Amino acid sequence: MAIDWQTLWLTLQLAFTVSVLLLLIGLPIAYWIAFSSWRWKFLVEAIVALPIVLPPTVLGFYVLVALGPRSPVGRWWISLTGHTLAFTFTGLVVGSIIYSLPFAVQPFATSFAAVDRKLIAASATLGASSLRTFLRVIAPLSASGLFAGAALSFAHTMGEFGVVLMVGGNIPGSTRTVSIDIYDRVQASDYVGANQTALVLLMLCFVLLTMVYSLNRRPPLLNSVK
Amino acid sequence: MQCTIRKRLAAEPEFSLDVDFEAPPGFTILFGASGAGKTTLLDCVAGLTTPDVARIMVSERVLFDSSSRVNIRVPQRRLGYVFQTLALFPHMTVEQNVCYGLKHLPASERKQRSAAALQAFRIAHLAGRNIRDISGGESQRTALARTLVTDPDVLLLDEPLAALDASTKSHIIDDLREWNRTHRIPILYVTHSREEVFALGERVILLDAGRIVAQGTPHEVMMAPTQETVAQLAGFENTFDCVIDAVLPERGTMMCRIAGEGAPMVLETPLVRGGVGMPMRVGVRAGDILLATSPPVGLSARNVIPGRIVSLDQRDVIISARVKCRVEMEVHLTIAARDSLQLEIGREVWLVIKTHSCHLMQKTS
Repeated sequence: MAIDWQTLWLTLQLAFTVSVLLLLIGLPIAYWIAFSSWRWKFLVEAIVALPIVLPPTVLGFYVLVALGPRSPVGRWWISLTGHTLAFTFTGLVVGSIIYSLPFAVQPFATSFAAVDRKLIAASATLGASSLRTFLRVIAPLSASGLFAGAALSFAHTMGEFGVVLMVGGNIPGSTRTVSIDIYDRVQASDYVGANQTALVLLMLCFVLLTMVYSLNRRPPLLNSVK
Repeated sequence: MQCTIRKRLAAEPEFSLDVDFEAPPGFTILFGASGAGKTTLLDCVAGLTTPDVARIMVSERVLFDSSSRVNIRVPQRRLGYVFQTLALFPHMTVEQNVCYGLKHLPASERKQRSAAALQAFRIAHLAGRNIRDISGGESQRTALARTLVTDPDVLLLDEPLAALDASTKSHIIDDLREWNRTHRIPILYVTHSREEVFALGERVILLDAGRIVAQGTPHEVMMAPTQETVAQLAGFENTFDCVIDAVLPERGTMMCRIAGEGAPMVLETPLVRGGVGMPMRVGVRAGDILLATSPPVGLSARNVIPGRIVSLDQRDVIISARVKCRVEMEVHLTIAARDSLQLEIGREVWLVIKTHSCHLMQKTS
């Protein structure tokens, strides 16, 4: 069998976990970016966007160091669980979250900022708290942006290579993902296997992006109207 | 309700709001040109903008007081605000919009209250409709119902009916008045339309450049000479300094003297508050002046002024003529009028100006 199903399954699990966690972590950050009027806000925006331009190996290296036994975070984790975060699935999740953060936060923030401020003001004058305004007005009107952010971080995590290699190593069933599998096969001159696996990844990402763009194009039950 | 509000905006050109007024239950109209500060005032009352120095009280409740650092948050102010854009939630039905402010109530009461509001504003048949599928007038009614169903202590309306035709407008105003009869709360109604002032007004506050320049009944306020800035926005091609020469209450007019070359020119204008000798500005729209090529007789217009054409320019389909009398006046005519009167430079003409085409303004120093 050419395709390594265990690796594919692990990659899907990783991508799913990361995009769910990014929804939780990314929403408050995006909300803050969209609505804060703090003058140094651009610094935070720059930090969030950093993983887009940073070489994955650089990011992976720092994550590896941070997770290792010499860093306070790494020591704290070891004291908590008894083993290091590096070269584990959890470690992979941590690295991937940082790596994919901008792909979630930017679409979220853009769609929040596009919601008509008058609707938010109207909600407040009708007695709604900020949380209720977010749940009933902002989130429904930015649904396509929320979906885009989740789908992009899913697809981005599926295809990552550098960070996974640095943080996770290449442990089958634990940290071996599809992109590393493809690399290994090429190294071993198994071009047929590499091709089949690559094709699966290509199709998955294509289907996901098609969904994102078709949802963004559909005008909208959920997009705001004039 | 009582408000004292000061607020500087850093916008360019710099603007500051400085008002102090009281609004009893019923309609209070905030009237003024765009940029006069009407919306900023409403935003300060609603808490959407924080004033620099202010004290805002609604029925004994302090909403904002800069001296004792009280600043009630927007959701707790219990006020209704209908925006110019209405800001209806586009992803909800008419009924869901109307119910939005009632979540603190039990479901049965919510249902009952929203049904009553839908009924009162005649939109019960639209309850299940999507916001996108209703007309402009229906949207205005939905926005009013959504706000009033919450039983606010004060109602802020920012030109809510500006986009509507006259008959739809007057029907909605009737329904709003009817509602106000049973819910005696202050309604601050912002508009820049003179007609709406006379249609609604019990009390009018005239705002100009962030200051209250007059308040009282529509008749009192509209009789007062307006600030020159307001008038200029309304587009007067001819404005002159003048001095009140005589006040003729029995004729309902005044004589105003404009300093001209040689001798002064006197214009008969409508009566406004002001005494003999008071300096004013008078504005006449170029399109309000008639031109005659022989001395006209048997006219109701009080001002007939001889002069001579010094220039004729065509601007698109309008002819702009400059006529030298004792002052120089700009007159707009159609191409057809120019041709049938055979107007040309140097021709002797008579300007005919109705009393009510002369707009008096307070002189700004």
